[in-house]
Amino acid sequence: MTLPLLQVRDLKVHFQVRAGGIFFANYLPLKAVDGLSFDLAAGETLGIVGESGCGKSTLGRAILQLLPATSGSVAWLGKDLTALDRAELKAHRRHMQIVFQDPLASLDPRMTAGDIIAEPLRNYETGLSSAAIKARVREMMEQVGLLPSMVNRYPHEFSGGQCQRIGIARAMILKPKLVVCDEPVSALDVSIRAQVINLLMDFQRALNISMLFISHDLSVVRHISRRVMVLYLGKVMELADRDAIYGAPRHPYTQALISAVPIPDPEKERAKPRVLVAGDLPSPLDPPSGCVFRTRCPKATNICALTVPVLESAGVGHEVACHHWRD
Amino acid sequence: MSASVLDLKNLSVRFATPEGEVAAVSELSLSVGKGECLGIVGESGSGKSQTFLAAMGLLARNGRAVGEAIFGGINLAAADENTLNRLRGNKLAMIFQDPMTSLTPHMKVGHQLTEVLVRHRNLKFPAARDRAIAMLRRVQISEPERRFEMYPHELSGGLRQRVMIAMALMCGPELIIADEPTTALDVTVQAQILDLIRRAKEELGTAVILITHDLGVVAGMADRVGVMYAGRIVELGEVHQIFNAPQHPYTKGLLACTPRLDDATASALVTIPGQPPDLQQLPTGCAYHPRCGNVMERCRAAAPPLMSTGGGGLKACFLENFGSVQAGTVVP
Amino acid sequence: MNGIKFTSAPAAPGEIAGEFTGRSLWQDAWRRLLANRAAVAGMIILAGIALASVIGPFLLPWSYDSIDWEHIEALPPQFSTGHYLGTDSLGRDLLARTLFGGRISLMVGLLATTVALLIGVTVGAVAGFVGGRTDQLLMRFVDLMYSVPLTFFVIILMVVFGRNFALMFLAIGAVEWLTMARIVRGQTLTLRNKEFIEAARASGGSTANIIARHILPNVLGVVMIYVTLTIPQVILLESFLSFLGLGIQEPMTSWGMLINDGAAELEINPRTLIIPATFMTTTLFCLNFLGDGLRDALDPKDR
Repeated sequence: MTLPLLQVRDLKVHFQVRAGGIFFANYLPLKAVDGLSFDLAAGETLGIVGESGCGKSTLGRAILQLLPATSGSVAWLGKDLTALDRAELKAHRRHMQIVFQDPLASLDPRMTAGDIIAEPLRNYETGLSSAAIKARVREMMEQVGLLPSMVNRYPHEFSGGQCQRIGIARAMILKPKLVVCDEPVSALDVSIRAQVINLLMDFQRALNISMLFISHDLSVVRHISRRVMVLYLGKVMELADRDAIYGAPRHPYTQALISAVPIPDPEKERAKPRVLVAGDLPSPLDPPSGCVFRTRCPKATNICALTVPVLESAGVGHEVACHHWRD
Repeated sequence: MSASVLDLKNLSVRFATPEGEVAAVSELSLSVGKGECLGIVGESGSGKSQTFLAAMGLLARNGRAVGEAIFGGINLAAADENTLNRLRGNKLAMIFQDPMTSLTPHMKVGHQLTEVLVRHRNLKFPAARDRAIAMLRRVQISEPERRFEMYPHELSGGLRQRVMIAMALMCGPELIIADEPTTALDVTVQAQILDLIRRAKEELGTAVILITHDLGVVAGMADRVGVMYAGRIVELGEVHQIFNAPQHPYTKGLLACTPRLDDATASALVTIPGQPPDLQQLPTGCAYHPRCGNVMERCRAAAPPLMSTGGGGLKACFLENFGSVQAGTVVP
Repeated sequence: MNGIKFTSAPAAPGEIAGEFTGRSLWQDAWRRLLANRAAVAGMIILAGIALASVIGPFLLPWSYDSIDWEHIEALPPQFSTGHYLGTDSLGRDLLARTLFGGRISLMVGLLATTVALLIGVTVGAVAGFVGGRTDQLLMRFVDLMYSVPLTFFVIILMVVFGRNFALMFLAIGAVEWLTMARIVRGQTLTLRNKEFIEAARASGGSTANIIARHILPNVLGVVMIYVTLTIPQVILLESFLSFLGLGIQEPMTSWGMLINDGAAELEINPRTLIIPATFMTTTLFCLNFLGDGLRDALDPKDR
């Protein structure tokens, strides 16, 4: 196997959260991402699923160096991005892009669609004439399904789906090698969602992009990903090929997640066994000891409170962090 | 369905905007039976929320409801504020998407819960408190006595939604209108909340109107399903019939373009082309015709009325031959 | 990527392909400003007053400092003597003085506000966007400047550099930019966490680049409003300084000074108050309309 495009090793992103304190601020560490390691091959799509507060968005931003990592490394073709200076980072950044969740908020309200799409070009291909930029923008707009005549419109004049197409055009205009998609379809209507998923998959295939597809929607992740990583409170619970995750999940959390997703089919939905996970997510400021999932886990025993389970192999390319996955 | 709880008759909702009046809901008629769960599915702008906000008398100030919404012999669409206040929170309860906006931030959860009882049932505070704590326990809130004394911001999203449900159930309502009750929640918590609503319906015989964009949620909860598009019902029928044999191209398209957990085909999703229409510039005839794969001449000329599908359901489509209904564009 | 055509990208139906030309925010803003009647009227009147102030004094028969000895007492408006709006209590032509005062007032307003705008916006945007130690440093300096009393500050300047007309612009500008910096910093802080700023950084934008391209256009609306509030404030501040003998001196004059003088003889001779006051309030009104118009014009959401 050749060198993976992206190698993440023991990545930690901790925030200091102010918690009380009258005269002296009392800071608590929030371990948004706590020791994640994985590889991403060229042209591969890795789905990252988890509930709110599991650190999936933080992970995406830390990989793109939009947030500083507390420790660990993010290696791009063997080169550690966290150690680069500003100019080197800028040079690397042109290969990595991001698509955001909120289509409208990710577009500058005072810029026209054309300017927004052209922005990466203006940053990286400074030699381009304005006519050349115009041509590229036009081509890009056609590819994402926007009429070139909409070039002068402002973001608020577009629908959510169209805004997301603008965001995708901006991310794709430099032909990146890695695109982080942070919940790109969560804010969209059902009928638009499918269009945007297809568009992303088309780009992924046409440009052989590696994609980190972050989502809380397990159905969408199943559709788009080759491998899937399940996160809970900043830690990996399970990492495996798509079919293994959905066909034979090993981790109790993955099992619970999958069983909780409603299926649009009355017979199947009503017949399926209901595994309700008790309670809410614990506060990330005060995570449980040992295995972070133990407070809600049906299989939890004493050992879960004492030792943190390490990721162990449960098959080819299948890793689980659970003391009881064999049961 | 012996008797209905809520009857909407030719209900229209219009909003005054600087660009003129916009019809968010157009002459919508439907009824909800006793103890029934009616799922209302639609995308944003389909009017699914506005229909029932109008029925509750909760439209925004620039909104206007015309038509009838009969609940317990009273036309809610024309009722005065006093009548509505007597019914709301009492016989008629509502659960919103974001519990934070419907709970008062500076009042303890307990006070908000007991307020309904004190107002509608004339209970004294200690009695109301006991009832409220029992209700919190019933919606599976651990340590209800402690939560009773908490402020809304001290609770997680899931707990808040449970408090909302407890509040809705306090006076034993005949109808609960749940507007996207689980959209803001995580899937594992969503499953818990849906379970609660299902049990309220089964144990208390409360009718539920479940407004959502999530077809999966409807498939598991609803007895009947209404599909809305551009302010109209385009299809209404029994849940199995809607999911197994949809009769309207839009319903069929929606089902086809939803990625499913139980289906792992790696091919591209079927899509419905275009986007939901701008309510200010609705297409002529059937509002769905620009996106429809089966469009005919007459679809452009006139809007189809709701007609029987033969299977007990209703659909608003001129198409006769159901087998040939195209779901959308299949990408090779 | 040339020639890739995705079937998943159907163009929205019912749209007519039009011309493909780029338009900038500024062109758009100008177009929208011209569509705003109140703003256009404000602009025209302002231009009229400014023009009259600049060239008016040359065309009048009387200069602002010459005394008409034959009419030493305040004179009502007369055409025969060339005192179109009468004279003040010293027999000086009121119209000439008002127009000349306008020159000074508008110049002070414009220059001091420009100084305040440039320094305030730059400092505020940098402090807000860069944050951390830079922010701390800049904002503590602002706090420090706030605590220095204005008159004291001006007196020190006078002592060091001697009485100087330009010094007053500097002194006023040096005070007014503080508030501007705080306002811009606050706005920038809220903008900084928006996703589109993150998107800009992910697209390879440098800090200066992001401030210029994304932060500034988005704070402009608030800045415009504040500018229209600052100009009158500066005009009044100037008259206050002049009153203390720190600003301009007789026989030179400004609107603020004229109003001050006029107020003293309000009961005997209300004309000497009303005429300069009318000029000044008209100017301020027009500035407000123009400011509102600019804010709306710069907000694409407000068409």
